[in-house]
Amino acid sequence: MSATWASSLRTGASLRVLDGFGRSVLSACRYVAPRSTEELMETLARAKSEELTVAFRGSGRSYGDAAMNERGLVVDTTRLNRVLRWEPGQGILEAEAGLTIEGLWRRTIEDGYWPAVVPGTMHPTLGGCVAMNIHGKNNFRVGPFGDHVLGLDLLTAGGDLISCSREENPDVFHAVIGGLGLLGAVVRVRLKLKQVKSGRLRVLAVTARSMDETFDLFEALLPKSDYVVGWTDCFARRGNLGRSALHAANYFEAGEDPDAQDSLHVEKQGLPASIFGLPKGGLWKLMRPFTNAPGMAFINALRFHTAHLASGSTYVQSHVAFAFLLDYVPNWRLAYGPGGLIQYQIFVPHGGARECFHDVLTLCQRHRQVPYLGVMKRHRPDAYLLSHALDGWSMAMDFRVTRRNRARLWALTQVLTERVLDAGGKFYFAKDAVLRPNDVDRAYGRARLDQFNALKQKLDPANLFASDLTRRAFG
Amino acid sequence: MSSPIRLSKAIVVGASSGVGEAIARRLAESGAQVAIVARRQSELARVIQCAPNLIKHFVHDVTEFDSVPGLFEQIASELDGVDTLVYAAGIMPDCAEGEYSFAKDHATIATNLLGAMAWMNVAAARFEAGRAGTIIGISSIAGERGRRGFPGYCTSKAALTTYLESLRNRCSRYGVNVVTIKPGFVDTAMTRGKKGLFWLVSADKVAKRTLALAKRGSSACAFVPSRWALVAAIVRALPSFLFKRLNF
Repeated sequence: MSATWASSLRTGASLRVLDGFGRSVLSACRYVAPRSTEELMETLARAKSEELTVAFRGSGRSYGDAAMNERGLVVDTTRLNRVLRWEPGQGILEAEAGLTIEGLWRRTIEDGYWPAVVPGTMHPTLGGCVAMNIHGKNNFRVGPFGDHVLGLDLLTAGGDLISCSREENPDVFHAVIGGLGLLGAVVRVRLKLKQVKSGRLRVLAVTARSMDETFDLFEALLPKSDYVVGWTDCFARRGNLGRSALHAANYFEAGEDPDAQDSLHVEKQGLPASIFGLPKGGLWKLMRPFTNAPGMAFINALRFHTAHLASGSTYVQSHVAFAFLLDYVPNWRLAYGPGGLIQYQIFVPHGGARECFHDVLTLCQRHRQVPYLGVMKRHRPDAYLLSHALDGWSMAMDFRVTRRNRARLWALTQVLTERVLDAGGKFYFAKDAVLRPNDVDRAYGRARLDQFNALKQKLDPANLFASDLTRRAFG
Repeated sequence: MSSPIRLSKAIVVGASSGVGEAIARRLAESGAQVAIVARRQSELARVIQCAPNLIKHFVHDVTEFDSVPGLFEQIASELDGVDTLVYAAGIMPDCAEGEYSFAKDHATIATNLLGAMAWMNVAAARFEAGRAGTIIGISSIAGERGRRGFPGYCTSKAALTTYLESLRNRCSRYGVNVVTIKPGFVDTAMTRGKKGLFWLVSADKVAKRTLALAKRGSSACAFVPSRWALVAAIVRALPSFLFKRLNF
């Protein structure tokens, strides 16, 4: 008897209550964390023979249900995190998919290389970055994460290893990047990194007092900046609607930064140990009393006005401090309380973006569900099959979820989704918790989805790879 | 945190007799969808005949731990969700003077404790994720002290009470209602023919009180009937030098 309950994954794998990063969706899943690629292969083979579906989970930074799999199996990939090859001369790194962005930059910064594309937090794994084809504040200039992947090895449901790149199996390559882990396990990623002459960036902070001003200023900054990001005060109304603080950053050229060599040390890339003189470990608890509509209206206004006073100022910031704003306050997501939050990120084509963002914010205010945080970026289209990118703009919005507002909030996102789809817009699965199959059809286009499904049929005919997200959003 | 407790889709394990059967019947009468689980097909059939609104029944031996996750999922999909798990399976083998039987101890622990853990693990994970749900464990006043008559049984119930307490401390903060019921003597097949019984109550009375406590949603841990709390307090306070001289 004692041997039997470890005999299968279906009955023997421990259950874990997993959340999305936003904590608004949860599920109880079977959970395993293989320690080697061989163990991963064995796990997939066992799951297949037991007819359990498999979803991959890296650091669990997707806001919604992308890395959860109720009734199936969740495979934690974070132990498979070895750097396999690093060639400082060429800036080429090869690693297992569980390596995090943090593990990556710590390894390469002292050789003068920085990941060409990073998200707002350093915790995601390379596998997650590939599966979601994440983007950074420089999407308009260098494209998404996938554009800097030279090649990858995919372990399929059938147990085969397929090498793919732009030259070899390009159809698989362009589908796996942004493919949500539905085609197989990425076990090895080869990346090209960006050479940097300094560990720091020159940052310009400016403010814009309305939506039009924000777009005008943003567009003026784009041609001369390497990174641009806008933080929008979603509470501002009428004439001030869409007022934002913009941050534009540039790399230093050789010889421009007197401290260039020193700044490339890992220890010069820290985040501040305290914020406003407060130790940051428990800071989220202090944020908690403000994490409500009046509190956040106040904080947003305060942030805008302080930024406005200093508008036009420039300063120097480390790559880490500029890039990873989400890591400043550990556990900040807990400040949202037991219901958590959803992040809802809309992508709208250039032509209709001003009007659409204006309408979206107005609708939020009219429904009395104003995002506590709004972040704006400029994007460009890319070549991946399930791409969320387009020639346009995105606005990411954080909404607090409570037991009372949940149904109303989901209803509001339906209204917003309609508006965005009418403008020819798209959405981003790493953030999503609300889309329905019909929305996804309209956003991505039936033809593309069919093409993806055809490839999925070929690589994973038994539908081994699935997640809560795929069941919700793809039907 | 104050939404009303729903006992509308329940699994009752050990529902072929005694307290489990009584709880299943009461739940079914209150309009809940109830899946009853027990080892003996014939007893299940009898229970269903008496209470036709018990909609689903499953033959299952709780010591077959391996089949629990699959069975739970099957029931959850057939009922379209589960919000209540009642674990009432239990055995109390006789232990004669001078008898030392590991086989009996093993069977008692497997049924009373390990089976409960197998079912409750699955339920707790799902309920925590859903931020709602009720887990009811039928423990016993026998778990308060180790009596000389029933070493395996007392141990299993002490462990079950402790396990339920841990579960309560783990997941009541996530909206899961974990209820420990510690009955005194109940008039069931388990106690029939035993000597020295007093304050005997019917299984239905225990079931009624159990469901009332569960509906409060306060993760109760209670003696049923409540006057047993007094007995328990005295028994717990008995010093060992006295306790070991008693035949109680």
